[in-house]
Amino acid sequence: MLLIQCPFCGERDLTEFSHGGEAHITRPANPDKISDEEWGDYIFFRTNPKGIQYERWIHSHGCRRWFNAVRDTVSDEFLGFYKSGEQPPKIKRRKVLRK
Amino acid sequence: MSQSRRLVKGGRIDRDKPLSFVFNGKTYQGYEGDTLASALIANDVRVVARSFKYHRPRGVFSAGSDEPNAIVQLEEGAATQPDTLATCIELYDNLSATSQNCWPSVEFDINEINSVFMRLMPAGFYYKTFMWPAKLWMWYEGIIRKAAGMGLAPKHPDPDRYEAIHTHCDVLVVGGGPAGLAAALAAGRTGARVILADAQCEPGGDLLAETDELEIAGEAASNWVSKTLAELRDMPEVRILERTTITGYYDYNWLTALQKVTDHMGPDKGGNLPRQRFIKIRARQVVLATGAIERPLVFAENDRPGVMMASAVRTYINRYGVLPGRSMVVFTNNDTAYQTAIDAVRLGAQVTVVDARPAPQGDVVTRAEALGIQIMDRSVITNLHGRMGVKCVTVQHLGEDGTTLLGKPIPFSCDLVAMSGGWNPTVHLFSQSGGKLRWDDDKTMFVPLAGPAINPSRSVGCCNGTMDLPGCLAEGLAAGSKAAKDAGFGTGRAPKAIKATARPEAPLRPLWEVSCHGHKSRFHDFQNDSKVSDLELASLEGMVSVEHTKRYTATGMGTDQGKTSNVNALAIMARIQGREIPAVGTTTFRPPYTPVSFGAITGQDRRELFEQVRTTAMQPWHVANGAVFEDVGDWKRPRYFPQGSEDMHAAVLRECKATRDSVGIVDASTLGKIDIQGPDAAKFLEMIYTNAWAKLGVGRCRYGVMLSEHGMIFDDGVTTRLSDNHYHMTTTTGGAARVMGWLEEWLQTEWPEMEVYCTSVTEQWSVASISGPKARDLLAGLTDIDLDPEAFPFMAVREGSFAGVPARIFRISFTGEVAYEINVPTCYGLHMWETLMEHGKAHDICVYGTETLHVLRAEKGFIIVGQDTDGTCTPMDVGMDWIVSKKKADFIGKRSFTRSDTAREGRKQLVGLFTDDPSFVLPEGAHIVDTATPKPPLRALGHVTSSYMSPNVTGPDGVNGDKGRSIAMALLQDGRNRMGDTLYVALMDGRVKTVTVTDPVFFDKEGERTHG
Ligand SMILES: [Zn+2]
Repeated sequence: MLLIQCPFCGERDLTEFSHGGEAHITRPANPDKISDEEWGDYIFFRTNPKGIQYERWIHSHGCRRWFNAVRDTVSDEFLGFYKSGEQPPKIKRRKVLRK
Repeated sequence: MSQSRRLVKGGRIDRDKPLSFVFNGKTYQGYEGDTLASALIANDVRVVARSFKYHRPRGVFSAGSDEPNAIVQLEEGAATQPDTLATCIELYDNLSATSQNCWPSVEFDINEINSVFMRLMPAGFYYKTFMWPAKLWMWYEGIIRKAAGMGLAPKHPDPDRYEAIHTHCDVLVVGGGPAGLAAALAAGRTGARVILADAQCEPGGDLLAETDELEIAGEAASNWVSKTLAELRDMPEVRILERTTITGYYDYNWLTALQKVTDHMGPDKGGNLPRQRFIKIRARQVVLATGAIERPLVFAENDRPGVMMASAVRTYINRYGVLPGRSMVVFTNNDTAYQTAIDAVRLGAQVTVVDARPAPQGDVVTRAEALGIQIMDRSVITNLHGRMGVKCVTVQHLGEDGTTLLGKPIPFSCDLVAMSGGWNPTVHLFSQSGGKLRWDDDKTMFVPLAGPAINPSRSVGCCNGTMDLPGCLAEGLAAGSKAAKDAGFGTGRAPKAIKATARPEAPLRPLWEVSCHGHKSRFHDFQNDSKVSDLELASLEGMVSVEHTKRYTATGMGTDQGKTSNVNALAIMARIQGREIPAVGTTTFRPPYTPVSFGAITGQDRRELFEQVRTTAMQPWHVANGAVFEDVGDWKRPRYFPQGSEDMHAAVLRECKATRDSVGIVDASTLGKIDIQGPDAAKFLEMIYTNAWAKLGVGRCRYGVMLSEHGMIFDDGVTTRLSDNHYHMTTTTGGAARVMGWLEEWLQTEWPEMEVYCTSVTEQWSVASISGPKARDLLAGLTDIDLDPEAFPFMAVREGSFAGVPARIFRISFTGEVAYEINVPTCYGLHMWETLMEHGKAHDICVYGTETLHVLRAEKGFIIVGQDTDGTCTPMDVGMDWIVSKKKADFIGKRSFTRSDTAREGRKQLVGLFTDDPSFVLPEGAHIVDTATPKPPLRALGHVTSSYMSPNVTGPDGVNGDKGRSIAMALLQDGRNRMGDTLYVALMDGRVKTVTVTDPVFFDKEGERTHG
């Protein structure tokens, strides 16, 4: 079971958290001004990378705060955690053991 | 004769504590310290079970959890357990067990398949029968289920108590053999929190099966084990978990363990202790010292009772004081089995060693020869006789190529074959952790290569391919120290080396399958009756991948997960495919390592602890007044209140009618309630809801729907402005937590600059909703609030006192009648309710539940989100165009309305349906079609979302009979353009009902009653 570092509470089990999908997707400022395609990209499309992903988590059974994490989707390894609004840490692409 | 195979002395059994047990109806004796298997062997019970597929007689094969044969049904009645291993059951007094897979008895099983018919049940037999005509399969299934099945599931609830717990440690050591003990010692001495988990009743591993010749630290190995355990027990941060198997290894060093706390005492003997404990361990570091499992040899008729693993025979001799055979053939390709031969000869057995290697040499061979043991080198067993127990084997010389048989077959009489094909490191947990394996050609075994970073572990001793005792101890000490250091304890330097007897071993000769004459069965998987010929057939039929072959031949698919069979099967596949073993690949090991009962996983989370139950303050009244409850989320809500012998139908008709005739009351406390405050609250609501909120007056209420960004309805409710920056939001009962999360998500992640605070107050307020023509009269005598419609209009809130307690009263209506939702602090909820019921008598008050609530709102065409909508419905789809602001620049979901699919004509829309037959209530979920004689393929035009019998609605004929009028709501393609159309509803039983499409508002279309 994944071990997650809540930036507000510390290390806790995965069962206390909920996954919130890809991070850093900003709601378009003027939805009326953008094309269907751009809006569709915002509501439907996600990167779904094999490898490093920046993603959102919420400590739903804890402090109920949203935060961000960097996770390798191949190894499930967390490479960093940071608060909403903070700059993501720079992660070097690296070779990971395939599970 | 009692315990005829028990030795006069020796073993870790207590001869002063005899135990009596029953196997297949017959009573036997054993001793404390026995397993069921050792006690059966002591009593010369050779046939213990029948095999799964061919019902061949089988005996005890191993001495541990790798046992594929001796699978029994333990105990009877509610406490019965199928598929338990005789080798893992500690004997207790009055134990009772029976053989599985046999009828009428294990000695005579009419389903035993002889060799001719065996060929009719080839590899992939089950899949092949699937391919036959379906009718034949139905017939076959019955036969197969009866003939081939494992044990019987208990028919009664499990009477035992279990615990599921969490724990943490710095270093988890898995396995209490020499390597594990050394690791625990080294880690423990640093002060780290250490857990040593060992599956046996006492740690020690294979050292428990040793003679005193084997020395560690200058004394007998068993003494070293005792002293080491004593030292570990003295360490305050070290926990030793006995009878505890680590069953699963998951991400971030999260491991699960099954501790058999009182199984060894027998049913109902555990007192206050649970039967088993499921332990979830988070370990900073893991040391795997799981040992190795001896590899069987695959030779003709190798499954007969009396063919055992050589190390198991040694365990029975030295640990349990039982000699499994007096006349023994040891069949081996390596040195370790000689130790078995030596120990057996010393106790008076006749032993011949059949060694596949030419001229084996080395210390152990010399010692065996010195004892006069006959050694036949370059030899293999080519046949075996004795259906119910070995009587004789035939031995032949083996050519250089490892397959050619030379010379004349020589028969040997014997009652036991002890075989050894080498060792397989127990890499299951390492593999589960995501670790990669490497094929070691010198050692002829798969060994751990590298584990993933997220699961820091070290494999030591036999599970790491280190088979010598000094090596095991050294690796254990080193790994224990390093693991502790990585967890923040000690220097990482290993303690002084522990001296131990070295037993140098000569290399083995790989022998994956043994040639034989004719069509003899050579089993590689005993539990699933899988043979060399099955692997050959699977290959002929096109199976190449390991995973396909495994499934096709059922190799490794048994409850033992192929502990003894996997590597042999891989090697045989390699031979068939002409490839190297590592090129064939390995199979994936999955948890659990050994079976885990559901009871243990569930732990204490059963019955009333299984799921939380939420009840309102009025629950005692509901119970006392005969409410029938339904579950809504975690809530228990009264569904209806039957009077006398009323059924639900009669009760609901009465409740519906009374509410519209006088006054009805419903407990609405479960509705989600969120207190929203802050200077940006109005701005925030403008984004959350589709309609306008900024100009809502203080003291006024408004209905709103929330959309996802896709433009689809996901919740609704009434929100009230209590003061300029203070709102009271209500949500659906089931959606309360979801809406709360939704609000928080937007505030935290998208609009952190908004100053808005949301607090769930669902549990803080008790709510009684009264509605009907007499609602105002009822309330009038109980509150100081002016109820005059001018002073307190529809969609307004007033604060005041109600029956002496503070209250907020909302004039909102879900029934279409004059209605008040009276909110009081939860501590006054029951008082409010009882007061209303008492005073209501004079006004013919009628209490109702969720069922009537649903009918009354359906009469008015009010939707229930999640019932009449399903996540694909826009407000326009459900006829609520009026709730979507045309003026607001933006709100969540707005932009999606102009997407081509959302904006297109002909979407499914909410309509009402009248059945032609007024007394027939359509089933919810039924499909609407456009033909009275439906035949596939058929296009569904939509489906019924809500359907009830209404006592208040008059149908197209203007009639509502004594029994009411059926009404329904539906989502129908292009529904609004089909008003008045005749369509059909196809039922599951083949009947077709005719319906007329109508407006979904069935009652008081103008809404006069609400405002009255
Ligand atoms: Zn937190």
